[in-house]
Amino acid sequence: MSTWANRQTNRRHETAIQWLLFCCAALSVFTTCGIIVVLLGNAVYSPGSSAAFFERVSLFEFLTSSHWRPAESGGQYGILPLFSGTLMVALIASLVSIPAGLGAAIYMSEYAHPHEREWIKPILEILAGIPSVVFGFFALKFITPWVLKPLFGLLGLHVSVFNSLSAGIVVGIMVTPLIASLSEDVIRSVPRSLREAAFALGSTRFDVSVKVVVPAALSGILASFLLAFSRAVGETMAVAIAAGSGPALAFNPLEGAQTMTGFMVHASTGDSDAASIGRMSMYAVGITLFAITLIINLISNWILRRYREVYQ
Amino acid sequence: MSTASIPPVSAEVSGTPVNFRSGNDPWIRRRLLVSRAFLWSCRVVTYSSLAILGVLLASIVWKSLGRLSPNFVTSYTSFNPEKAGMLAGIWGTFWLVALTALFSIPVGIGSAVYLEELAKDSFIVRVIRVNLSNLAGVPSIVYGILGLTIFRPLMDSLEILFDGRHAIKVLGLFRIRLLQLEIFDGCVLAGALTVSLVILPTVIIASQEALRAVPSTIRVASLALGATRWQTIWRQVLPAALPGISTGVILSISRAIGEAAPLMMIGVLTMTSLCPGGIESPLQVLMNPSRLLAVPFDQFTAMPVAIYDWSKQPDPQDRFAAVAAAGIVVLLAVLLTINATAMLVRARAARNLKW
Repeated sequence: MSTWANRQTNRRHETAIQWLLFCCAALSVFTTCGIIVVLLGNAVYSPGSSAAFFERVSLFEFLTSSHWRPAESGGQYGILPLFSGTLMVALIASLVSIPAGLGAAIYMSEYAHPHEREWIKPILEILAGIPSVVFGFFALKFITPWVLKPLFGLLGLHVSVFNSLSAGIVVGIMVTPLIASLSEDVIRSVPRSLREAAFALGSTRFDVSVKVVVPAALSGILASFLLAFSRAVGETMAVAIAAGSGPALAFNPLEGAQTMTGFMVHASTGDSDAASIGRMSMYAVGITLFAITLIINLISNWILRRYREVYQ
Repeated sequence: MSTASIPPVSAEVSGTPVNFRSGNDPWIRRRLLVSRAFLWSCRVVTYSSLAILGVLLASIVWKSLGRLSPNFVTSYTSFNPEKAGMLAGIWGTFWLVALTALFSIPVGIGSAVYLEELAKDSFIVRVIRVNLSNLAGVPSIVYGILGLTIFRPLMDSLEILFDGRHAIKVLGLFRIRLLQLEIFDGCVLAGALTVSLVILPTVIIASQEALRAVPSTIRVASLALGATRWQTIWRQVLPAALPGISTGVILSISRAIGEAAPLMMIGVLTMTSLCPGGIESPLQVLMNPSRLLAVPFDQFTAMPVAIYDWSKQPDPQDRFAAVAAAGIVVLLAVLLTINATAMLVRARAARNLKW
């Protein structure tokens, strides 16, 4: 078997396979480069004949104007209404998902019996696997008419059909499993000795969880909140269905609002010419969205990596 | 109970034993009460997240009761909510996911094998690793922009190959007329390429974790017996990691089924009465296999896109809501079956674990 010639072919095969697999792995880098080139090439500087978005609209107007009205002539392109819509939905989602996710994480790691944990985790995974459109439908046809309208009706407030509160609530439900599983991992990696020391000093379970374990895991927990926030910012279909499509610079969660992702879906379904300014504005919104999520992800991945170094 | 101050531990000096706090001490009782209240609030929060899943499923099934019937999955969509069905969406999603799996599974597992088994810790490898964890967090709609800008025009240029007018001349002597196919911009292939990029990071990360769980003794033993690195990977490591890899891959595929945003961006149809390649039943594939060739280049719609469209239908009597809910029931049935399979694979693997 192991003649010299055989080994030579073997070695060549091995090198070829290694290169092939390297190309697979490098594809992910090309994807990132592709995304960046496509966004920059259409939003910032276009080498082709059609002008890029920021060659037609000034960056100053984009960042400061408070109206978003894409139109062929006399359109207004201020990202603020879309940004405020996104921020509002993501903040409502955080208000829902941070207590729920952290509570579930503490319960699973500190209180639940292993058997109990064994069936809670898969159910949370199922919740995480439910598609975004389904949550959008749930918000539009269930949460708004059956929960929000009666509730705020008692207070005499009007809730419109499309509202960012319902969108925020369902996005919060969607990212809860993410916070729960990430925080649980982080909390479980806090050394046992810390808990034992605290118990030995006469702490109750509440003291151990809230005053010892959570502070020890704080940076990792914050990283999971950040990841969930960035997921909420990038969440598309649920928001596109439930929050409506009217960009408004008003922080009223009971009214409709348009988010950055919602605008992109809306713009892609319209019949506009590929080089039109309305179409190009999609790239400008896209690059803003990409930059925001990328920065949040970079920060939280960095925190998580440092956290792992501390305890492992 | 009313005082918030913490009294010091009282100790009798006059020869009697030290009096530690007993269970009757109000301060201890209050602390235990707080602890119990915290336990219950955590428990309630956890179980209410689980209960929401139940409420979600129940409300959707309840909404769908008006429309859910066998002919819902065998008829095309329509402006009449009584007749609308999701046959086109089911076939569209089927072909989309089949092609996506074809692209993303080999590439994903290949990348994971490279990163875990072959790569040395060089600069480029570290770049790939950091890049992967960040790509996994990029919103899927951003991939949609990539698909819209790159894959759609790519389909246009493919058209030149297959168009009869541009039949390729071979050796200048005779012309080979390639299959005359019509290639649509928002075709199954463009969608599958885009969705493959969306799920690729999750496939890679899941496969990496599965490979990492294989104990290094297996590798060392195989190498010591004279196997090459590739032989070790192919015959020892991959089979050992297979259950873990397949669980991760199945879950990623289920994500691909529910993905709508990138498909909306590349502009798939929302209302259509056409299945890709004109295939409406599995029997037609057997009778006329050549239709399969047309599938990747045909227009399509997918289940989540159809659901989005129905949810957005302005309808005062809410009759399309029932159609959308019925669509969701079909979609969730598919997804839950797939998730259950993944969990079964994982449970079986955990039972048969040899190390």
